[in-house]
Amino acid sequence: MDLFEYQARDLFAKHGVPVLAGEVIDTPEAAREATERLGGKSVVKAQVKVGGRGKAGGVKLAADPDEAVARATDILGMDIKGHTVHKVMIAELSPEIEAEYYVSYLLDRTNRTFLAMASVQGGMDIEEVAEKTPEALAKVPVNAVDGVDIKKAREIVAQAKFPADVAEGVAEAMVTLWDTFVAEDALLVEVNPLVKTKDGRILALDGKVSLDENADFRQPGHEALEDKAAANPLEAAAKAKNLNYVKLEGEVGIIGNGAGLVMSTLDVVAYAGEDHGNVKPANFLDIGGGASAEVMANGLEIILGDPDVKSVFVNVFGGITACDEVANGIVQALELLKSKGEDVTKPLVVRLDGNNAELGRKILSDANHPLVQRVDTMDGAADKAAELAAAAK
Amino acid sequence: MAIFLTKDSKVIVQGMTGATGMKHTKLMLADGTNIVGGVNPRKAGTTVDFDGTEVPVFGSVAEAMEKTGADVSVLFVPPAFAKAAVVEAIDAEIPLAVVITEGIAVHDSAAFWAYAGSKGNKTRIIGPNCPGLITPGQSNAGIIPGDITKPGRIGLVSKSGTLTYQMMYELRDIGFSSAVGIGGDPVIGTTHIDALAAFEADPETDLIVMIGEIGGDAEERAADFIAKNVTKPVVGYVAGFTAPEGKTMGHAGAIVSGSSGTAAAKKEALEAAGVKVGKTPTETAKLAREILEG
Repeated sequence: MDLFEYQARDLFAKHGVPVLAGEVIDTPEAAREATERLGGKSVVKAQVKVGGRGKAGGVKLAADPDEAVARATDILGMDIKGHTVHKVMIAELSPEIEAEYYVSYLLDRTNRTFLAMASVQGGMDIEEVAEKTPEALAKVPVNAVDGVDIKKAREIVAQAKFPADVAEGVAEAMVTLWDTFVAEDALLVEVNPLVKTKDGRILALDGKVSLDENADFRQPGHEALEDKAAANPLEAAAKAKNLNYVKLEGEVGIIGNGAGLVMSTLDVVAYAGEDHGNVKPANFLDIGGGASAEVMANGLEIILGDPDVKSVFVNVFGGITACDEVANGIVQALELLKSKGEDVTKPLVVRLDGNNAELGRKILSDANHPLVQRVDTMDGAADKAAELAAAAK
Repeated sequence: MAIFLTKDSKVIVQGMTGATGMKHTKLMLADGTNIVGGVNPRKAGTTVDFDGTEVPVFGSVAEAMEKTGADVSVLFVPPAFAKAAVVEAIDAEIPLAVVITEGIAVHDSAAFWAYAGSKGNKTRIIGPNCPGLITPGQSNAGIIPGDITKPGRIGLVSKSGTLTYQMMYELRDIGFSSAVGIGGDPVIGTTHIDALAAFEADPETDLIVMIGEIGGDAEERAADFIAKNVTKPVVGYVAGFTAPEGKTMGHAGAIVSGSSGTAAAKKEALEAAGVKVGKTPTETAKLAREILEG
């Protein structure tokens, strides 16, 4: 889960990373009091989860509370690269800046370890620095067991060739940033820019934090950080039912078991769509191992409720779960939806293979549901589902 | 022969007495796995009956190893306790730990991986978030269904569970030496490369099927390894061509960020290494069949 800047700022402050004061608001009028609390001047910063908001006009100075209201009025509702601004942060004005740096911690998948990255070329897109002047970006592996103490932080700072007068201050900030990374179960903590001010302070002026949702069991505070308003309504409904669902752009609804098989199903449907009006998969939905009738019904309900969906492809490989159970699940799910008054009119193509496939196919044939078609190979079923979606388009 | 797991493997189950552990211990026994014990400190000294097979419960991995000579542990421990359980297995220096548990926090898996390294990597870790591995007809350590294929001469390594099953089923008439599900998490123990090296060295494996998916660069590095070190034919499949950037697709590792980690880049790298890559799982199975049957 990626956080907004103000949420990252709050977590940094909690763990001792030096930041400026700031608070988030969602109405222009609230900018007045927030600016007064900061002594009458502020920076009004759009809160969107996308880079380049400064260039887009999403960051403005306000010399007094009235101007803060005016700037907040301009920025709230603004569209920045497809993201609507619903919140702005009213931040303390930074003291005059002398230099801008970059620091971060993240997972290095390749080496199965954590990585510290640091550069004296901050304030710009770090991918650009990595590409144009790779020697200016220090990458230092961090062992997950040993972590980052002040000694390790000094090593990182030395490798990035920070000037002597800021080295110790940056190293101290690197230790608190590591504390944030570990304590919050983050996958990424990034400060860009980390600045040196004319009065000699080191400050984190902007930051990105991404949190690991697998750690939610020990991070009770993280649920409140979720941006529920921005979630797609279908994704939100699926999440409420504990379904692993991602909304996509196409017309063929997909249900399958196992993340890899479902990803593969999306690909196979997209290939089949090339022959059928270029239809594409409408979603990713993994119902997992034990596809009970209830889980199947929940999944079908979400997918049939998507107005973009023109046909549905149920692709199940019976591993531990037997296909006869899955087939019963589909039949019961359709009855359940009908009894709930749902208008089930979209055609379903079902492919069952693996454990007890013959029995499962027989159950579907015997049920003889007018909307359900059985196709026994994955590629063939994908082709049929694409054809039906194209016909209904 | 086979890789990592044979009929002689003595298997213990950490988390055997939980619901998932019970269910799968029963299935593993039915597949002929030599399960010599379970681990649960609160139930040490008791036994669990699986259709007439009495399996003793020990207080620790070390105790189970000492009393039974166990050399493989399969873990069904819930995510919150998984790190401690893997660390216990590493401390006991069990040769193979198969971590089935799904949903382990990355800081935990990175920590036990670093810990394994600090102890000299005496324990091979498979997973987490994986279906385990099977040597058909001999032993099954995990949740791969044992009855969808038969013993044979194909070696399989895969990030995805259900795609493993799909491929084993499509090629069930030819059969498999071993099939290893390495898991789709960002931090995993055994990699594609480890399994490729083992299959290359296994005289009873004639062809290797490798299944990858979006995220990370494991497939690209595997391609490089194949070009330099693998003489046996390799057939590949990559899932996730249509996955949009920045979205997680079920597996914590299955996310495309920026240009690296895309399915297209992985396919290209594998093909450059001489690997035939199928467009769909079925086409991939067909490619394997053509090579073996000429």
